[in-house]
Amino acid sequence: MKERITGSEALMRSLVNEGVEILFGYPGGAIMPTYDALYDHKTDLHHILVRHEQGAVHAAQGYARVSGKVGCAIVTSGPGAMNTVTGIADAMIDSTPMVVICGQVGAAMLGTDAFQEVDVIGVTQPITKWAFQIRNAEDVAWAVSRAFYIAKSGRPGPVVLDFAKNAQTGMVDYEPAKVDFIRSYRPVLSPSEETIRKAAEMINNSVKPLVLVGQGVELGDAREELRTFIEKADMPAGCTLLGLSALPSDHPLNMGMLGMHGNLAPNVMTNQCDLLIAVGMRFDDRVTGNLATYAKQAKIIHFDIDPSEIDKNVKTDLAVVGDCKDTLARVTALLDKQSHEAWKAGFAPYRDREEKKVIEPALHPMEGPLLMGEVVRAVSEATENKAVLVTDVGQNQMFGCRYFKFNEGRSVVTSGGCGTMGFGLPAAIGATFGAPERKVCLFVGDGGLQMTIQELGTIMEQRAPVKIILLNNNYLGNVRQWQYMFFDKRYSFTPMLNPDYEQIASAYNIPACTVTERKDLAGAIDEMLRTEGPYLLQCAVMEEDNVLPMTPPGANVDEMLLEVK
Amino acid sequence: MNNDKSKAGQCGDCNTCGKCEPGHEGETLYTMLIYSENYAGILNQITAVFTRRQVNIESLNVCASSTPGVHKYTITCYCDEPMAKMLTKQIEKKIDVLQANYFTDDEIFILEACLIKVSTPLILENKNVSRIVRMHGARIVEVNPTYSIIEKKGMTEDILSLFHTLNEIGVVLQFVRSGRIAVTKSRIEKLDRYLEERELSRNS
Repeated sequence: MKERITGSEALMRSLVNEGVEILFGYPGGAIMPTYDALYDHKTDLHHILVRHEQGAVHAAQGYARVSGKVGCAIVTSGPGAMNTVTGIADAMIDSTPMVVICGQVGAAMLGTDAFQEVDVIGVTQPITKWAFQIRNAEDVAWAVSRAFYIAKSGRPGPVVLDFAKNAQTGMVDYEPAKVDFIRSYRPVLSPSEETIRKAAEMINNSVKPLVLVGQGVELGDAREELRTFIEKADMPAGCTLLGLSALPSDHPLNMGMLGMHGNLAPNVMTNQCDLLIAVGMRFDDRVTGNLATYAKQAKIIHFDIDPSEIDKNVKTDLAVVGDCKDTLARVTALLDKQSHEAWKAGFAPYRDREEKKVIEPALHPMEGPLLMGEVVRAVSEATENKAVLVTDVGQNQMFGCRYFKFNEGRSVVTSGGCGTMGFGLPAAIGATFGAPERKVCLFVGDGGLQMTIQELGTIMEQRAPVKIILLNNNYLGNVRQWQYMFFDKRYSFTPMLNPDYEQIASAYNIPACTVTERKDLAGAIDEMLRTEGPYLLQCAVMEEDNVLPMTPPGANVDEMLLEVK
Repeated sequence: MNNDKSKAGQCGDCNTCGKCEPGHEGETLYTMLIYSENYAGILNQITAVFTRRQVNIESLNVCASSTPGVHKYTITCYCDEPMAKMLTKQIEKKIDVLQANYFTDDEIFILEACLIKVSTPLILENKNVSRIVRMHGARIVEVNPTYSIIEKKGMTEDILSLFHTLNEIGVVLQFVRSGRIAVTKSRIEKLDRYLEERELSRNS
């Protein structure tokens, strides 16, 4: 039965229809009719007022990443919408399902440079899966349903709905819409039996296979399928930054993290394997290093849901385009049970070398100031490796991802492709809503924290139980490391004078503590985890620590530096 | 019909023949045939893919296709084959794009048109002009005391050859060349097949 309601009310009902429970947002002029409608939906739509629109999108991303649901942000036109742009680009490159609804001036005023009018569609089209302007109330139900279908299907991504004010106030005979088919859009292709058979044959014939595990495995909810796949053919695997929790850290076939600051063994062995099997990863330059020398000796199979990823960076011998939950299972069924003992044993010397040269000194230093690595590992162990890791960007991110351990899926929330400083704090807020039953631990530097520090206000208001571990080194540490290594130690604007973070936390009514001595670390972490709600643990870490190992930019994947000269 | 254009860059005569352009040696002139839903803003999304990969569009034509509600884009550009493949895949990834394929000149029938506005007093002075027009199979479609208009349909190189010849004798006032239009030589209509397939999966 149709009911005559406003476009704004139609939006509320459409969101509820799509299963939305939580919205992160910030009101403003051009979205006021929608906020007025929201006032009557306080029971079915929980709106979280952030302190800046960038916070809304990153929170929606954090929510989506841990829950697997579509994150939703709602902001006003012009500056409100523009403040979401970084988060939208971040969600696009990291394949995060998100719908951003922004107000827009009335259709009659479009293109007249009206107050707070920005061409949002023009700006966001290149960084969204779909961007659509709702110009009349009749389109609301259809557009919202289409937006959610596009955001979550196939390779997920962000969608922008630019909601003109006249469409918010206009009346419509509302009828729920359900879009689950778009003829120009085939979100998931299914590879032929021939392709599946060929993939299995290549794997069965390989004596030195290496699997690269990407976030696609998490997005496709294919952790079990991946495990069976690698176990049956006894294939060692490395994980990308975003794929870290797709395979338990302590799985015997998990050889560690790939990439510039990943583990030595999987990076070196990439250039020794005879078959490279990439699953749901996109051969980012931070993973491959110099493409001209990358895995040239190996045949390459690429499992991906997105046909445009095939042969984009690395030329593949066989593409298996489809949903890896389906394709991995189909290939696994045709695999011979194998044992690659000799090949696997080849990883050990590299692992031992890294352990001795890098990991041991990072985790168990005998003296000197606190190190980021030991803080990360101590927090991970104190949560029995069950927590959600959220990081900001920089050294905190690399140490966080290197030394945190994972037992469960959907446990890494970090800005991979975009490398957005300031992502961490709001993303962690979103993660607490996406996984309320889990502990959410954020590692953030003194640089990144201050980029979105206003979200402490959101934490205060929501009592969002974010455990903030501030790794304070009084530097923009990652840039400082590069300056040290590649710019002749010229520390151009990387040292930073910091405020008193404990006082800031206290102003926001967030309990806080600072650790400077190694002997106090374990106790402080226990206190943080025991405390209900949010907590800020500031760790005064070594100022000029370097993330190692490192593949210098443009170097070969097997030429990792284990020390900085 | 000159099929050598698919091997652009190998003739070494870049200025007049249209086979290749300086700076495109070793690249091929590809024609992309793209079909999309008739929604606003898709052209922007398509051209942005070229911009991002730093490929210049040589010519572009957009019009309604033979299928109601479907728009056809004919775009030409110089690049190598992996790039042509990547461009079409990234274009096809756009939600409202139905299909994107790339072709070399031997796989399609091509047509371009041009209009050349020339000075009537100057062509009356030059006895060669009418000979040139007839030689090139062009038509004079307008004559008045001030100017005349010559129209020519054909391949890029034929059109450019006519233009360069007239331009050399200094009679040209304006010149405009249309974007390339093309239909495939294939006996299979890929778009129709795609749409039929999609209708089946909609109903299943």
